[in-house]
Amino acid sequence: MNTDIRILSPCGMLGYGFPEQSFMNGLAFELHGIVVDAGSTDGGPHKLGAGVSIVSKRAVKKDLDIMITQGLPRKIPIIIGSAGGSGARTHVNWTLDIIDEILDERGLQAKVSVIWADFTQEEIHLASEEGRIKGLSPNIPPLTRERIDSTNSIVAQMGHEPIVEALKQGGDIIVCGRAYDPSPFAAIGIYHGKDPGLSYHLGKILECGALCAEPGTTKDSILGTISDDSFTVQSLNPNRTCSPTSVAAHTFYEKEHPYILHGPGFTLDLENCRFEEVEKGVVRVTGSRFLPAEKYFIKLEGARRVAYRTFVVAGIRDPILIGKLEEVEEYVRNQAREYYREIPESDYRIQFYNYGKNGVLGSKEPESFDGHEIGVMFEVVAKTQELANSICATVRSTFLHYGYQGRKSTAGNLAFPFAPSDIEFGPVYEFSVYHLMEMKNNAFRIEHR
Amino acid sequence: MTQLGDLAKVLRSKNSGPFEITLDVLFDSKEQYDRVKQSGIISKRTICELYQIREEQIHHLVFFDQALGFKITMSRDISSGSVGDRDVYGAQQHAPLMKLSIEHGEEG
Repeated sequence: MNTDIRILSPCGMLGYGFPEQSFMNGLAFELHGIVVDAGSTDGGPHKLGAGVSIVSKRAVKKDLDIMITQGLPRKIPIIIGSAGGSGARTHVNWTLDIIDEILDERGLQAKVSVIWADFTQEEIHLASEEGRIKGLSPNIPPLTRERIDSTNSIVAQMGHEPIVEALKQGGDIIVCGRAYDPSPFAAIGIYHGKDPGLSYHLGKILECGALCAEPGTTKDSILGTISDDSFTVQSLNPNRTCSPTSVAAHTFYEKEHPYILHGPGFTLDLENCRFEEVEKGVVRVTGSRFLPAEKYFIKLEGARRVAYRTFVVAGIRDPILIGKLEEVEEYVRNQAREYYREIPESDYRIQFYNYGKNGVLGSKEPESFDGHEIGVMFEVVAKTQELANSICATVRSTFLHYGYQGRKSTAGNLAFPFAPSDIEFGPVYEFSVYHLMEMKNNAFRIEHR
Repeated sequence: MTQLGDLAKVLRSKNSGPFEITLDVLFDSKEQYDRVKQSGIISKRTICELYQIREEQIHHLVFFDQALGFKITMSRDISSGSVGDRDVYGAQQHAPLMKLSIEHGEEG
């Protein structure tokens, strides 16, 4: 039986917002799921390490309010992937609190299912001892005991399986911890018996909202429809449209390879896909191939605190100083080191970023510089916040007053935009775990509330 | 002198995970795409020179005809958001590629 399965993706990131009219246009179709991705590692390790979100509670509530008040009475399952940004326990709880607030304020009731994606250090140690941990590329340090012990927050990207299970168990709102971005979308198709290759490929497109349309954006809604041998994508905003090229090109986005995608327990091969326009703005895709892996690996993500930072932003306009900036910075660095000679140099780092000259590319900047102004940002990262603050203050005062050779502006070298000039940043994190782990049993626990 | 940035419709960089940067170059016509592809200039060697990296740091360099584009994925020297990283999203690493000069193909 060929029943079409329709999935509405309101936007590419929960809390990014979407035009309500686009969403309402989607409700005109018979929908089988409203699914939104809330996660990403793009913003760096801080969210996972510190247990915070990158979008505001206010914005998440605004988006979820529309999804819940419209979806729940129509009995359309609502799924949130990688809740709270990183999908760890604190992020999931933060999202659940917002959902509870909405249900309470709107006088609605729902079966809320939660799928946890957290892993304990003991579980990772065990996997490591059993040889179930695998590196991803040579530039990622091996997962040593020390590395596991110093990483408090470890999650793994779930596949569609636990989400399909939660759907079977009748969850109205399914809140996923960390998930492979397309998984929550793929779960809808697979739950309804559709081909996993088509379901995942569609998921890969839908998780970014209307980014596959032209003009593309993550802040608008998109509709996906899966049949037995193909799926279609179409924009829900008349000001955007999908074309075969725009949909084909989307598979490039944020992936290491244009047509081979590795997910939990499978590889998706899109090399021989066909993209065609079946009616104005409706693009049909065929040929997405799902290749189950011999061993089921999930991707682990973990972040740990490595240091504390203090930084200063200042402008430099003096042409003589601009002409010898690196030399002056080197002097300032050495002066600060000399002043704090009782502190081991391995306890802190002093770094300068010369914006306008090579702030983005650093030593790899190919262009020569002939500007008249430079924005300089310098930071001290150290073992403790107190140490970072102290050394940064010394770097700042030395830089401000240093009488370099040939100086005419003897009153000061830096134009600070703010007072105070030194900004205490707080802890700095790093991705300390980014490895594959072979999964033995389903490791993602489902809980109903 | 024609530069890659003039021929491409999309020329961007972004993280593909915290330890890689991926460069996407997409075209809006088959002619432009073919011209660049057939020029032979898009090679691991060119990318290594442009980004001052070693060949083993390039994980993928793939043309995808259906999408009229190619992708280059390379390892990061410093992972996203770690101390010393200058571009957390990896979103501004494409600029050197824009100025790459593409020789005129046989069709001129």
